[in-house]
Amino acid sequence: MIEDKPLTSRMRSDGRAVSLQEYVAAGGYQGLRAALQLSRHQVIEQVAHSNLKGRGGAGFPTAKKWGLIPTDLARQPRYFVVNADEMEPGTMKDRLLMEGDPHQLIEGMIIGSYAVYASVAYLFIRGEYRQSNEVMKQAIAEAYQAGYLGQKILGSDFGLDLHVHTSAGRYMCGEETATLNALEGKRAIPRFKPPHPPVVGVWGKPTAFNNVETICCVPHILREGAHYFRSLSRTEDGGTKIYGASGRVKTPGLWELPMGTSAREIIFEHAGGVPDGCRFRGCLPGGASTAFLLEDHLDAPMDFMSLQAHGSRLGTGTLVVLDDTVCPVGMMLSLEIFFARESCGWCTPCREGLPWIAAMLEALEKGQGRQEDLHILQEHCDLLLLGRTFCALAPGAVDPLRSALKYFHDDFRRHVINRRCPWS
Amino acid sequence: MGVSPMSSTGVGPVAKKKKLPETRARRPCHEMGSIMLSDEVKKEIDAEARHYPQRRAVVAEALKAVQARRGWVDDESLRDVADYLGLSFDEVDSIATFYNLIFRQPVGRHVILICDSVSCYLTGYEKLLDHLKKKLGIALGQTTADGRFTLLPNACLGLCEQAPAMMIDNETYGHLTAARIDEILGKHE
Ligand SMILES: Cc1cc2nc3c(=O)[nH]c(=O)nc-3n(C[C@H](O)[C@H](O)[C@H](O)COP(=O)(O)O)c2cc1C
Ligand code: SF4
Ligand code: FES
Repeated sequence: MIEDKPLTSRMRSDGRAVSLQEYVAAGGYQGLRAALQLSRHQVIEQVAHSNLKGRGGAGFPTAKKWGLIPTDLARQPRYFVVNADEMEPGTMKDRLLMEGDPHQLIEGMIIGSYAVYASVAYLFIRGEYRQSNEVMKQAIAEAYQAGYLGQKILGSDFGLDLHVHTSAGRYMCGEETATLNALEGKRAIPRFKPPHPPVVGVWGKPTAFNNVETICCVPHILREGAHYFRSLSRTEDGGTKIYGASGRVKTPGLWELPMGTSAREIIFEHAGGVPDGCRFRGCLPGGASTAFLLEDHLDAPMDFMSLQAHGSRLGTGTLVVLDDTVCPVGMMLSLEIFFARESCGWCTPCREGLPWIAAMLEALEKGQGRQEDLHILQEHCDLLLLGRTFCALAPGAVDPLRSALKYFHDDFRRHVINRRCPWS
Repeated sequence: MGVSPMSSTGVGPVAKKKKLPETRARRPCHEMGSIMLSDEVKKEIDAEARHYPQRRAVVAEALKAVQARRGWVDDESLRDVADYLGLSFDEVDSIATFYNLIFRQPVGRHVILICDSVSCYLTGYEKLLDHLKKKLGIALGQTTADGRFTLLPNACLGLCEQAPAMMIDNETYGHLTAARIDEILGKHE
């Protein structure tokens, strides 16, 4: 039988992490063995054929990113960094992958490092993920002992050191160049691009930078082939996806499903739909910084291209569902309080604009909003665009707001006209 | 819910800095070692630093090592960390105040981090926050008079499928209800 859930099928129901022994028994580290038989270029080619795209939110083709790393070996060392800062509200998929099957991630990191000539790899884990930190550290120690890490891996000439960097909070630490600053022990503000990290990354060296879920896909591509990986998907983008649903659904959770599964299937079949007697109103398809989808949009495949037609994007693929029992303005307020607080403060439009947005939404919720506030909110959405702010945090903050002002316009207006929140 | 975006990172405004005595500020960095950091903490910092090409990479880890023993990072310790890593006080402070899990003011014996992000909002965290505030008699950012609990808001804890959720010290708790909160608090002396 063809394994249709390669990322999660080994996970145990008792919650304990898959051990090295269990992982190897299920075919683990075969992808690494296969990779070491290939040239580094051939590994990248395989990943290119698999159509693997970044699961961290932006959907950038992984092989293309690795290919940007200079082949000129004069620039040493090179680094391979995996982003496990997962703090996007509504997102909990990387935690599952680390706590459930840590060796899958380690194997992916070794293969990735081999492909880009990296000799040192870091796993950047958010401080709140205590269990992920512990599980990963223990698994890494096991991998060293078994000869999957360190010098001359599996008898080859390739060696790799892998270390966990435990962070201490702040969403901004997940923005690629801010992560690199944090890793260097600097304040986690973003860096000017270009140069991009594949060329000038951590400590000025070429650096590959990927999300946890992205890298967990890699061993399966090497072991079973690019064709297998593409066949898992219902669309052009290869693989399965760890989708999730939380908020106003009956059975929130995470599910590994074919890439391109519809939001309708995720919400109504896997998450049990909205609670009885409630009506679905909308959802954020992939975490806090994605624009709302409405009922009419739910049949679109949840992949990197299709949601753009509806003004949204896949993001992290973990849905946040709103029904008619919660106020959409209140939900927006909760989102914008998060973004305002997590702004790193480096650039003015974001540092000043986001608290302003949050304050106006709070006034609306308290029944103190004015009609012109809605225009001012709209203005912020029109101005806080990529290119006008230093990083993608602020543009991500206004994406859901822009769609909320459009789709829930009447709800916003009722707050102004009735001078109170209709839900309070 | 108060909108005070900046004040909830860490615990309110940072303690006022004391002026450094000239001699300490000027002394060469880690060759002289530090007066305050215990050998145990220094060993932890050194062990961690071996994994990086530059010692300063471990600054967050060093601050956490201090915090693990004192509960928070006071000015003296921060200065010692700065000296030990060869950095200035202000630079280390700019990093310490950036991280929400590094406390620059005293906290209670247990720190409650309640998730105030969207999935917890949608599943009613606000009622639980009210319950916590009433039960503890404190507002967000405050510590109970007996020094038992500090209550802080936190961004999404990655437990959204178990929302509403919170974290106390190093443990996470999901599927919260008022009754469950009472039971959990009871286990923290
Ligand atoms: C403010 C901000 C926070 C981010 N946080 C994360 C995160 O926690 N985890 C993550 O994988 N990507 C995060 N990203 C996206 C990363 O910058 C980067 O695009 C991604 O990790 C690249 O990996 P991928 O190509 O495998 O998707 C964040 C981006 C921004 C702007
Ligand atoms: S957009 Fe916001 S988070 Fe990004 S650099 Fe500017 S202030 Fe910092
Ligand atoms: S939103 Fe509260 S745990 Fe994710």
